[in-house]
Amino acid sequence: MSSSELSVLRRPNDRLGRRRAINIFMELVAWLAAALAVFFLGIVVWSVARKGFSQLSLDLFTKSQPIGQFGTGSEKLGLANAFVGTLVIVGIATAIALPFGILIAIYVNEFAGKRIKNAVTLTLDVLAGVPAIVVGFFVYGLIVVGRGQSGYAAGFALSVLMLPLVSRATIEVLALVPDSLREAALGVGAPRWRTTLGIVLPQTIGGVLTGATLAVARIAGETAPVLLVCSLVGQGINWNPSQALMTVPLAIFELSDQADAPEQALAWAGALVLILFILFTSLLARWLATRSRRKIAQAGR
Amino acid sequence: MTSLDVSTDVARRPFSGRRARLGDLLLQGAAAIAALGSLALVILIAWKVIQGARLSLSTFGLGFLTHVVWDPVQLKFGAASFLYGTAITSVGALILATPIAIGVALFLSELAPGGIRGPVTALVETLAAIPSVVIGLWGILVLAPFLRDHVDPALHSTLGFIPLFGPATYGSNIFTAIVVLTIMILPIIASISRELFLAVPSELKEGALGLGTTRWEMIRGVVFPYARAGVAAAMILGLGRAIGEAIAVSMVIGGAVGVSINIFQPGQTLAGQIAGQYTSQNSALFLSSLIYLALILLVFSIVVNLLAQFIVRRSARRHGVVR
Repeated sequence: MSSSELSVLRRPNDRLGRRRAINIFMELVAWLAAALAVFFLGIVVWSVARKGFSQLSLDLFTKSQPIGQFGTGSEKLGLANAFVGTLVIVGIATAIALPFGILIAIYVNEFAGKRIKNAVTLTLDVLAGVPAIVVGFFVYGLIVVGRGQSGYAAGFALSVLMLPLVSRATIEVLALVPDSLREAALGVGAPRWRTTLGIVLPQTIGGVLTGATLAVARIAGETAPVLLVCSLVGQGINWNPSQALMTVPLAIFELSDQADAPEQALAWAGALVLILFILFTSLLARWLATRSRRKIAQAGR
Repeated sequence: MTSLDVSTDVARRPFSGRRARLGDLLLQGAAAIAALGSLALVILIAWKVIQGARLSLSTFGLGFLTHVVWDPVQLKFGAASFLYGTAITSVGALILATPIAIGVALFLSELAPGGIRGPVTALVETLAAIPSVVIGLWGILVLAPFLRDHVDPALHSTLGFIPLFGPATYGSNIFTAIVVLTIMILPIIASISRELFLAVPSELKEGALGLGTTRWEMIRGVVFPYARAGVAAAMILGLGRAIGEAIAVSMVIGGAVGVSINIFQPGQTLAGQIAGQYTSQNSALFLSSLIYLALILLVFSIVVNLLAQFIVRRSARRHGVVR
């Protein structure tokens, strides 16, 4: 095709060459940008894997951190106390945020008028934007002043961070449920609450779980609020959330400050476990998402 | 299918009107209380933070914002150096991250061959999921020494005539914090921009290409104008994230009070100061001053988010999208 036939390209050919060159250059820049983003992920994960992998052992999961961070060097080190603490605190956060988040989403999607819907979603957006460290001071003022630090306080702080994530994910999937389903249920005489809880909500379970899984992955790595409300930690493994519990991110934060090699190695090991957990949950969430999309599509037919 | 079972069951044994109404009332009531609770939560957060900062507010007033000093012994506290640190790190990160993020988004929405589009999208989302403490650990033990030995001196020798790129001595400095924040906000801006670019109607894109534009000319002429407001909102959200990041920044920035134009010197941000100093606070005024810093952060975050939402909603209205 000769370019001179096209009216836009009636200019001399060297101009077309220039335009093509700019286009190729810009496409190259976009390719490089994508490569850079993947490179960032790769270099972080590779560093953590390289330095943490040699520390992966049974001791990591069965032994606790040495007291005062300055171990004698000969004793075996582990992060069992931090794993237990993270498990307990994330469990508490999920137990609070999941029901409340789902209820908010039900209200927004099934009951609220347009104006209230807008107000609540805006509130959730603002809540999602509040820095984690500010949430930490909120819980400090609300619970820790007077009652002291505890796993409950940390769980509550993380639930505040989790709430908007769960709510927004649930609102999105509830909006996908076809109205024909609601109308069918209401049409055969089911009351609204039964339609919502028995017919609509079960369709969204996959999507809700996807959102919840991603939220868990996000809060399990949170350090800032935990530092403020749950950091004066005793020695050894502790399952009791009425006392302050160690968490994995806090352990990494404190250990990274140490100059000694064994402490730093332990920090890398904790980081590796955290990253593996997050990769696993992301994959799980992806799988749940594809499954639930298929299910909702079927329900619509 | 279960939904069918339930409906026949319901049809066979109709609910008494009273029970149905009670159930409706309970569910709607509980849901409304939860929704109202989210609003109450935001107000409660603001109230508790103001309450915690009250001692410092009454001692220093608004002068807190302009004083550079942070002296726990003399009990003199001011936020000016951290305001500066927050401004230079977050704006610096935004300047570095935005072009890369837009490049990533264009790649994922327009250029990537089918086979690698999905995996790369997933990888970019995974980068967003890496906890800040892990990025901080990598930043202090891997990135900071590398920048100190290779990048900082090179930047100083080539761009040293600009005061920003002064002599480099420490690995933990403002520039390291900027790089760490760039990595953290890059995937946020990229994934929002990608969705915006994908939402551009394909008739418009095809129309432009049909007129004989190159792909880049189509992107400049069609995709960018269409997504401009949304990308601005994404940048603001990224900025908000950078302003509020505490842990990773406090690990790599060096923790120095003062205003250093040279980005190869240690500094500190509002959030970083809280994370770095919280465990060493030893007086009521010290603690209250840290909460004052948190109050400034809270105000920033609310302003930033409302601004971003305002831009998004206004542009949605202009595009005729009903939200």
